[in-house]
Amino acid sequence: MAEVLAAADLGVLLGALRARGYRVVGPRVAAGVIQYAELDDAGDLPHGWTDEQAPGRYRLARRDDDAYFGYAVGPHSWKRELLPPRVRLWQASRDGLAVEEEETDYQPTAFVGVRPCELAAIAIQDRVFLDGRFADRDYAARRADVFLVAVECGSPSSLCFCSSLGTGPGATDGFDLALTELHAGEHRFLVRSGSSAGNAVLADLPTRPAARADLETAEQVVEAAARAQAGRFAAEDVHDLLLRNLESPHWDAVAERCLSCGNCTLVCPTCFCTHVEDTSSLDGETAARDRVWDTCFSLRYAEMHGGNTRPTTRARYRQWLTHKLATWEDQFGTSGCVGCGRCIAWCPAAIDIRAEVAAIRQEDAHAHA
Amino acid sequence: MTRKPTLAVWKFSSCDGCQLSLLDCEDELLAVAGAVEIAYFLEASSAVARGPYDLSLVEGSITTPHDAERIHQVRRVSKTLVSIGACATTGGIQALRSAHRLGDLVSAVYARPEYISTLRTSTAIADHVPVDFELQGCPIAKAQLLEVVGALLAGRRANVPTYSVCVECKRAGVPCVLVSRGLPCLGPATQAGCGALCPSYGRGCFGCFGPKEQASDVEAPSLASAFGR
Repeated sequence: MAEVLAAADLGVLLGALRARGYRVVGPRVAAGVIQYAELDDAGDLPHGWTDEQAPGRYRLARRDDDAYFGYAVGPHSWKRELLPPRVRLWQASRDGLAVEEEETDYQPTAFVGVRPCELAAIAIQDRVFLDGRFADRDYAARRADVFLVAVECGSPSSLCFCSSLGTGPGATDGFDLALTELHAGEHRFLVRSGSSAGNAVLADLPTRPAARADLETAEQVVEAAARAQAGRFAAEDVHDLLLRNLESPHWDAVAERCLSCGNCTLVCPTCFCTHVEDTSSLDGETAARDRVWDTCFSLRYAEMHGGNTRPTTRARYRQWLTHKLATWEDQFGTSGCVGCGRCIAWCPAAIDIRAEVAAIRQEDAHAHA
Repeated sequence: MTRKPTLAVWKFSSCDGCQLSLLDCEDELLAVAGAVEIAYFLEASSAVARGPYDLSLVEGSITTPHDAERIHQVRRVSKTLVSIGACATTGGIQALRSAHRLGDLVSAVYARPEYISTLRTSTAIADHVPVDFELQGCPIAKAQLLEVVGALLAGRRANVPTYSVCVECKRAGVPCVLVSRGLPCLGPATQAGCGALCPSYGRGCFGCFGPKEQASDVEAPSLASAFGR
């Protein structure tokens, strides 16, 4: 069942979430970008703003309407909430050699404005951190009380390629509520619920049942977003393509441009690499272990006893791209890429993974012709 | 009762900013004084305890014949020697002289050039004596200095990352000033440690922490192509 919420009543949704005890986090304009931060009311949302993206370039721009969600994605992703940059794992004191697990006050949080590609990214990190023999307790605790308000994508950037990976632009599952922003005629949102928690919040909202015209308009929004990015990435053969080209000279060509700075991995909504950092107080009475974001582009990330397995930029770039697009599938059952385009926009050297894959494909075809 | 490790702080050609970051520790200074005996630190106290010293922090570069001799004495009386700051780890801004004729510079700067006794180059401490650890920064970050001292006391490896400033920007949630504003920023090639100080205030990194790991592999044109994009 779908309902329609007037755009003017968007604040009622945020209020309903807050009334249920959720901390509400969503998009807002700060420091020249659309970031994810706590929202006080609907006025904090980036209405009237959009983002213009190109390889190595991101700029905000004014829209000619007052859309609340009329942009693609910013530099932040939800992993900042679910897998924070620094987490204390435990601390110990010499006094009786006591080791304490860190007590964290996990506050229920509503994520507002989650793009379908980001729903896919959260599902990927769920598999990484919750499935299998070694579930991550910190991730699980943060994830348990999250309320997901998805917003289908109506304004993909020039870097988006979710439709090639089947992760968007429409939201099919994995949300509590899914919104589609509609402009034709009255400014309104189509609202669908995807969970019992979603049903309960939806019941609090001043909505009306969706008419056929509302549903059709919403479909058109998503279809247009898919059409706008059609054919940007050929995902079907990428697994085998990359794995049979591990010694391609193209890796050297990328390495000449790659700065090995790690920005791509840090903005990626699925990249999860961390390291543990042990610290001790000056007096030697206490010690602690933190988990902090790392990147496979740092030299020390592949340092182990006896040497370093990825001592060159070429080796590190190849590791990242082949893991993201190929071996991730073998490891976790899906691609590690959701097509959000962040690694392209936020690469200072403007490296575009789509172009790199295309170059390898061309070279591969040439070699096998 | 075991003796506290002794700490000595030495100055060569430098501005004193790095050793001042030890005094700047304020809140942690009592903990430092509790953990080590500050045996030689002229910036802080004229009381000098005799060597040898367990830990020597060395600031500044080697620029005079006297420096070049004295650093060997410092090494001889130091169990562990850590060079701190850009001057001590690279030669510092005074190393710019290497690109010029020394005589031209001396006569351009000093009224009585004959009073000046100096080497042609300004070089890092590690170019003269074995160094146990190099801490980069201009000036160094006091948190990193405390971490190095604490790690040495505990006998563990110091958490001093050698990757880019970008990692610190991303952890802090600071939007990339290079990508979002086209500002020239050396962050991708500069070693972390400052906590992304300049980008946090909307400015480009100007590289005061020196080159990151394998920075010579960074293609300057590739980085420069991002400026003003």
